[in-house]
Amino acid sequence: MTALMPTAFEAVTVDYAAVAPMLIVVGAALVGVLAEAFAPRLRRHAIQVGLALAALVASFAFLALVSVDHHTVTAGGSIAIDGPALFLQGGLLIFAILGVLTMSERFGGRSADAFTPMGAATPGSPAESAADRAGYATSEAFPLTMFAVFGMLMFVSANDLITMFVALEVLSLPLYVLTGLARRRRLLSQEASLKYFILGAFSSAFFLFGAALLYGYAGSSDLADIATAITTANSAYEGLLLPGVVLVLIGLLFKIGAVPFHSWTPDAYQGAPSPVTGFMAAATKLAAFGAILRFTYVGVESSRLEWRLGVAAIAVLTMVVGAVLSVTQTDIKRLLAYSSVAHAGFILVGVLAFDVTGVSGVMFYLLAYGLATIAAFAIVALVRSGGSEATHLSQWAGLGRNHPVVAGIFALLLLAFAGIPLTSGFTAKFAAFAPAIAHGGLAGVVMVVVGVLASAVTAFVYFRLIVLMYFTEPTGDKVVALTPSIASTIAITVGALGTVILGVVPGPILDLAGRVSQFIQ
Amino acid sequence: MNSLVQLAAEGEVAAATGITAYAWLLVGLPLLGAALLLVGGRVTNAWGHLLATALSWASFVLGFLIVLAMAGRGTEERAAHVGGWNWVPAGQFQLETGLLIDQLSIAFVLLITFVGSLIHVYSIGYMEHDADRRKFFAYLNLFVASMLLLVLADSYLLLFVGWEGVGLASYLLIGFWNHNPAYATAANKAFFVNRVGDVGMSVAIMVMFFTFGAVDFETVHAGAAEAGSTAMTVLGLLLLLGACAKSAQFPLQSWLGDAMAGPTPVSALIHAATMVTAGVYLIVRSHTIFNAAPNAQLAVAVVGAITLLYGAIVGCAKDDIKKALAASTMSQIGYMMLAAGLGPVGYAFAIFHLVTHGFFKAGMFLGAGSVMHGMNDQVNMRRFGGLSSAMKITWVTFGLGWLAILGVPPFSGFWSKDKIIESAFIGEGWRPWVFGFVALIGAGITAFYMSRLFFMTFHGKKRWVDAREGEPEYHPHESPLTMTVPMIVLAVGSGVLGLALSWGGTFSHWLEPVVGEHGDEHPVLAVPVIMGLTLLLVAGGAAYAWMLYWRDTVPETAPRGSLLTQAARADLYQDAINEGLFMRPGTHLTRALVFTDGKGVDGVTGSLAASIGGASSRLRRLQTGYARSYALTMLTGVVVVLGALWVMN
Repeated sequence: MTALMPTAFEAVTVDYAAVAPMLIVVGAALVGVLAEAFAPRLRRHAIQVGLALAALVASFAFLALVSVDHHTVTAGGSIAIDGPALFLQGGLLIFAILGVLTMSERFGGRSADAFTPMGAATPGSPAESAADRAGYATSEAFPLTMFAVFGMLMFVSANDLITMFVALEVLSLPLYVLTGLARRRRLLSQEASLKYFILGAFSSAFFLFGAALLYGYAGSSDLADIATAITTANSAYEGLLLPGVVLVLIGLLFKIGAVPFHSWTPDAYQGAPSPVTGFMAAATKLAAFGAILRFTYVGVESSRLEWRLGVAAIAVLTMVVGAVLSVTQTDIKRLLAYSSVAHAGFILVGVLAFDVTGVSGVMFYLLAYGLATIAAFAIVALVRSGGSEATHLSQWAGLGRNHPVVAGIFALLLLAFAGIPLTSGFTAKFAAFAPAIAHGGLAGVVMVVVGVLASAVTAFVYFRLIVLMYFTEPTGDKVVALTPSIASTIAITVGALGTVILGVVPGPILDLAGRVSQFIQ
Repeated sequence: MNSLVQLAAEGEVAAATGITAYAWLLVGLPLLGAALLLVGGRVTNAWGHLLATALSWASFVLGFLIVLAMAGRGTEERAAHVGGWNWVPAGQFQLETGLLIDQLSIAFVLLITFVGSLIHVYSIGYMEHDADRRKFFAYLNLFVASMLLLVLADSYLLLFVGWEGVGLASYLLIGFWNHNPAYATAANKAFFVNRVGDVGMSVAIMVMFFTFGAVDFETVHAGAAEAGSTAMTVLGLLLLLGACAKSAQFPLQSWLGDAMAGPTPVSALIHAATMVTAGVYLIVRSHTIFNAAPNAQLAVAVVGAITLLYGAIVGCAKDDIKKALAASTMSQIGYMMLAAGLGPVGYAFAIFHLVTHGFFKAGMFLGAGSVMHGMNDQVNMRRFGGLSSAMKITWVTFGLGWLAILGVPPFSGFWSKDKIIESAFIGEGWRPWVFGFVALIGAGITAFYMSRLFFMTFHGKKRWVDAREGEPEYHPHESPLTMTVPMIVLAVGSGVLGLALSWGGTFSHWLEPVVGEHGDEHPVLAVPVIMGLTLLLVAGGAAYAWMLYWRDTVPETAPRGSLLTQAARADLYQDAINEGLFMRPGTHLTRALVFTDGKGVDGVTGSLAASIGGASSRLRRLQTGYARSYALTMLTGVVVVLGALWVMN
């Protein structure tokens, strides 16, 4: 896009091979909407799950086989398919596959267990129970997920601020709805959904305002043009740059849950159906960090000295607040939410290294964290007391005795969150922190020291949970871990195996991340 | 890693050849055992313990062959490097790891695999009737593998992996009988205290990375002298923090006594012979860092001196045989720390005492286990007495350990501990006098409490004859051969190992290429004077114990005792102090949490965490649940960030 309006509308050329993975996903989402309208009610679950999985696998296959050779800036400069975009899109598709697998869990029922049979019915109303009896299902959750995935795929490859904003909204709106669809504790779920929506809209406004200021500064919303404007320093409105950058960043930092823009995280994580929480935590974080990387490394890197310290302060605050607040959580989902806040801080440390090794470290961290998170929330969905999820920590006491496998895998994932060697968490922290030390100067070292201390605090939280599962007498409630279907089992197994493999032999993936860490403009 | 390239160029540490190239099997064999036993499940119940024991011995045999090959080479060519596993290839941060086989690490390998294998054998008898015997042996193998990884690592990062591994294994083994809540709590305490140390270690590794751009020993040690004393002091203190937690040194000593809740072979292996000495290993391995940071070195010596007295005083008042031995371990490691803090003059003696201590203390723990085995798991020494007639082998083997720890010539402890006392008297200014006399007085107290333990258990009136109400009758008997043979072997070590290794300074010369030579320094007092004083104090301590605990009748319920006795019995109020300083501020807030009430992490385990919990609870109030206040928080954040950046630019 240039500063001048084109005199006549010209069709842009699109490299379809490069963007096909996105098109496959959005196509499947649209077909899913049609299926929702025309397919018989009782077969919708199978159709939707099958369609979503087939499309995601096809998209991933296309990405891995064809798109990898199409590094390009296309669609009139608004989409950049480069190394980081492809790596992150691949990661997103993996998360989406695992997410759909966990969402499809039925526990022997007729419809997805996590979602309410009728989202529109008032909680506790006769309509709701009638829907439940009739075996209705909110199978539109799957097309919604596909729309969100489409938005995320576009988010990590968006090369101008307008595309980025559209992608942001496309990924957010389905998530707001999904958050409100929990089958149990529906009021909590709907409240979470509304809060997420209101605050999300608030942050989008900041993003849009920032984008407008940057357009005013550079005369273009294209990231490359903004970069050029900064290096040549020929703007008439010099003062617009810094507020523009900061406001856009705030819009993005909201999505990763950085402090002080994190307040939605615990509420939304707690209220959303657990499989959605897992998907949201893994995929949204990855997509938003992808956008942050592209915005800061491609767009406004040259001006980083002016705002880097501010973001560094946010990173420190995020790590500290996330770690400290996780100590007093009594709900497992809120605990994981604060842990995700702390992790966002750790990843920001890697972003602020401003070096290609920082990019690869961040990408590796996102992959490692996402795999562990999806598996962790899938396990949260299994642990039940009286039919609903046993989310209070005291209910997890003694789980290791009755359900050694479930507790064992969960303990492994917690060890990974804590960053214990030989799990993916350790390698990821190393990969993200090392560039910060090497290239981040004094601020980098300070951030890393804070990061190590904060991870010690969070480690305490995770170990306490392990202790609780293995060494504490169970409370009075009867808590059981349901036997998952093959779909959830696959998702949990992949998450756990990934956690071990990325910890023991991270070489190949780190290599890959290192090779594809160069952005194109 | 670039350091490896340098190494090859300088030819300092050559790649291993011959049998040494198989050194990775040292770690691999016990690890395989642990994996097989854990994965194999019930199928391996029948023979799992034998496999674990065999693999541990195989590791020892390999270690022995390697040391033979090493001794066959010239002094300068003994160290070898194995492997080069490209672990984290993150761009330019290649993190290559391998094993370093040198004189120091191989000495540890022999100690760990030999004592470890003996304890495997002992456990076959000791754990015979335990339903989870297979799991126990799997954990033992896991421990041996991690400990070997710790000492064989060629970088601080790989060392840290082993460091966490032994922590995990120790945690699993302390809490092995986790059906008993008190035992599980003890396991937690060990774990939480060790987390404090781990923070020290991980920050130290980060500082190294920042200072040297690498974390392997070779690069770090090569750069230590030039890196400036401030950085090295920080690094030294951080490493000391890690060492204090792992080795139960002041002020992180509180977990060791409680860790005695684990099965006795575990106490012998982990909490006497090997894991708790890892801190000493760390200090000696990092000697170049401490040589470049005199203040950090002094801190090591001070910590050692405080702990050796602390442990000795606590040991005087304990009636639980295992806790008395634990206090003694703490005190003896204090001696090693003190030696390590004395600089080049002490490093070799620290390791020497570590080795002899590994033998005699493990032997005494096994003896204590044998006594418990014959006495219905009773641990209260006031219910023992006169057991020498009932358990002859245990009595003799324990006696040898007792003579060794007292430092009676010519038993092992004399050769190692006396050297530390002598070295403590070397130096200028106030230090030799303070450290020297602390070490000297410590020896006297050691003689008292160890003799007290020995006499109360094996001599004097048989206080177990008339059973108390509610107690089963005691029929003390000697333990089976699988238990006594390891005790006999360790007792032989307690007897002769010291003399054998110090003959002609063999051990010191062996370690010299690693820890460096030191000049011919003389103590501020003449050597015969020091030796005479030491023996006099030892004899005095033992005689006083004889009067009180053999000649006189030992009351079966502990008398009230003096204020000092009461304090010592309560571990010098360590838990109360931890609680008051770190925990109280946050307790009333964390109590809101259901699961910390009663057991679990409540009590002293929380300490530091509880104060974070307090901060956490206060912060948590910001999370009101109202979307309007969230939005306000966000807006405030935006305004503050924009304002701050506007002011800064």
